[in-house]
Order: sequence, then C-alpha cells, then structure tokens
Amino acid sequence: MVQNLHRLKESPSQTAGPYIHIGATPNHSGIEIYGGDLGQTLVGPNAKGERIIVTGHVIDGGGAPLRDALVEIWQADAAGLYNSPGEKRGQADPSFSGWGRQPTDDVTGQYRFETIKPGRAPFADGRLMAPHITFWIVARGINLGLHTRMYFSDEAAANAECPVLARIEHPDRIATLIGARSEENGHSVYVFDIRLQGEQETIFFDI
Amino acid sequence: MTDKGSFYQRDRGWHPPPLTPQYKTSVLRSPQRALLSLENTISEMTGPVFGHGMLGEYDNDLIRNWAKTGDPVGPRIIVYGKVLDENGHGVPGALLEFWQANAGGRYRHKKELYIAALDPNFGGCGRTITDDQGRYWMRTIRPGPYPWPNRVNDWRPAHIHFSIFGQAFAQRLITQMYFEGDPMIWQCPIVMGIPDRSAVETLVAALDRSNSIHMDALAYKFDIVLRGRRSTLFENRTEGN
Repeated sequence: MVQNLHRLKESPSQTAGPYIHIGATPNHSGIEIYGGDLGQTLVGPNAKGERIIVTGHVIDGGGAPLRDALVEIWQADAAGLYNSPGEKRGQADPSFSGWGRQPTDDVTGQYRFETIKPGRAPFADGRLMAPHITFWIVARGINLGLHTRMYFSDEAAANAECPVLARIEHPDRIATLIGARSEENGHSVYVFDIRLQGEQETIFFDI
Repeated sequence: MTDKGSFYQRDRGWHPPPLTPQYKTSVLRSPQRALLSLENTISEMTGPVFGHGMLGEYDNDLIRNWAKTGDPVGPRIIVYGKVLDENGHGVPGALLEFWQANAGGRYRHKKELYIAALDPNFGGCGRTITDDQGRYWMRTIRPGPYPWPNRVNDWRPAHIHFSIFGQAFAQRLITQMYFEGDPMIWQCPIVMGIPDRSAVETLVAALDRSNSIHMDALAYKFDIVLRGRRSTLFENRTEGN
C-alpha cells in the first residue's frame, strides 16, 4: 500500500437530452420564470471592436442539421482579454461578456450569435494564438460536450503562425476550424458549420 | 480567485464514450476521429462568472416557481449537496441549472410525445449558485420515469438534469442525477453507456432521512465533482492543494 492521493473523480457526463432548452433557454421554450435566457447578449452598447455575426449548423453523420442542439461560445474581447477572474493580464472590456448561448433553430437547425471579433491571446509558452472563438456543443445523442474552436478566414497570417493550428497533423483538416467571412446587409458574417462525422468531420479538442 | 495551474487531464474512459449504439441517437452524432490533444490555454482556463444577484427568490424552488393555482402534484423533495473539484475543494460561485419531468414523467416541451398529463403548476426548471463553500440546495417534485423513442420499449429512470459552470470553461459539464434504489437505472442505455459501475454510482443521489422535513419533504444528497487544477509546483508557486 502507498499513501492515498485523496483525489476525487469528475462526475461522469450524461447527455443533455432532447429537452436541454427547458433548462438552458427556458424562455425560448415558453417557460418564463427568469427575466430572460442567459447568454443571449454578449455585446453591450459601448463594447469595443468590430461587430460580427457568427452563424451555422451542427450537422450529423447523415448530413442532417441538429434541431435540438445547444451551442455555447466563449471568447476574448477585441484586445484579446477574457472577462473572467482568471484573466490576470489586464482588465477586459466591461461592455463585452465573452460568453454566449443559443439553441439551434427547431425548424432550420441554424444557430446565430451577434458578437465582436476577438483579439489575440497567448498560448502557454507566450506565443500568440490566432483570434478564435471557443465552442461547446451539447445535444441529445452527444454523451460528453464537444469542445472546438472557430478561427477566422480573413486572418490567414495569424492562422499560419498559431501554435494550436500548427499542431494539427493533417493540414487539410484545418479548414474544418475556419469560419468563412462574407457580407450581409453591411455586417460581417462568419459561417461556421460543425460536422460531427464524415469526411469533413470538425476537429474536436481534448483540452 | 488565486492564480492556479491547468486542469487535470480529463479521464475520458470514465465518461461514456461518444458512440454507445444502444443509445441510437449517438450513432450519427458521435465524432469518429481522434480528438486534438491540447494543454489548457487561457481560452479554457477562464470562464464566465454569474453573480448571486441575478437569482430570483424562487429560482431554486420548482414547487413554487411555476405555481399558478397551488402546489404541483407529487412527492416533495429537497436536493442538496456540494460542488467539489477533484482535489476535494468546494467550488464557490458555480452556476447550476436543472430541468426535469413532472411527477407523471411528462416534460413541458412541444416535442414531448408521452401521454402523461402536464401539471399546470409545474414548469420543470430551476437554477442556483453555490455559496462560499460550494454548497447548493433546491426544492422540487420527484420526477416520474418515462418512455422514450429508442428501442421498442425503453424507459428512462427518474432523473434530474444538471448543467454546471465552474470557474473555467474547461470544467463545463452536463450530467444527470438518479435516485437511490431505482432498479431502472441499471436498465437504461443512456446510463449504461458509462463503462464503470462505480462511476454510475456517483450519479445516484442518497436518500437522507436525517435531513428530511417531517410532514413536508424527503431529502436527497447529490454532490457533483468538476475537474481539479494542478498545483503550480516550481512552475510558479504552490497553492490550492
């Protein structure tokens, strides 16, 4: 026998199930107990940075969009700072929360966030990562929430030197992490589809 | 919060794997490629913070927060416990969101197919934030089991869904709480996707007669464990453990 580390095990995950929206976006489900659903608004009126829209679908191995998924995002502000007590490099923009939560539409399966384009934040060794948004996806049939990242198609130079993207063994898969920029009524829109399976399966992270 | 190290590697053999064919929806929704291993960066070691000020008086009381004409039908229960990290420390300020079926096993949702009755006094969701020691409590109605479209005649054991935010996005977790003594736990393809029986047992809340309220409510204790953090030995300084 040896001394005991007295370490606990993480609670095992269970699927969010088909009714995640009752718990996470109850107003969206017609259950109006709280003032509003959390995570609907990231950007305050005085937030700094370029306003952008991030939208797309979560697509299963049969090519069908998930109409019962929940998507959460977490990102830095325009200066690359996170609005969190764990951020020690400076004071993040108080008008930008950095956290968003949206259901995929129950008819079309589309998700949509109105946010700002993040700045660059450092990797563990101090090199800068390219601007990115962290995604977390849960749904019926997903046993443990999926972590991934969206990078930006108009940041080719930063993407090329990002120490995270550089780690990807098959460079052709990097495209699965790139949101494609377009213009829509004068707004910058990035389309980011998340594919759970198949030839174009999105890279998911073990972090 | 103090400056601490990265989170312990997640033990993915302890969680249900992505593909659990007995749970049919997982077949087309399970990634098949290897995950990209990534040591924590600031993007995962930070996370949103929720203040107690956002909570309404009845947010953690599912008996009262949708009551229209009286109390909902069903066994009254209190669920309480702690949110801990893998080092055994309480996690203060953790946002818990819960949702569940009513006493008849029926969810208040337009896609619900079960014929059991809705309860006009039961909405089925609530939330709370842990105190400075990581403790939480809620009051609700014990949910009923219900049938679901999977195999021809599958039923879910009674359960309450929990969504938990810790202090970092790396700790984000959704799980389910089951009830002591329920034989249906061990017949459920969602539960049995968890490889290790002892892992399932950590999701089974214990009946706590000592904290039950006479002529009012039974109590169940349900602790939740989030990922723990490394000490920054030599890297910076030791703290936390």
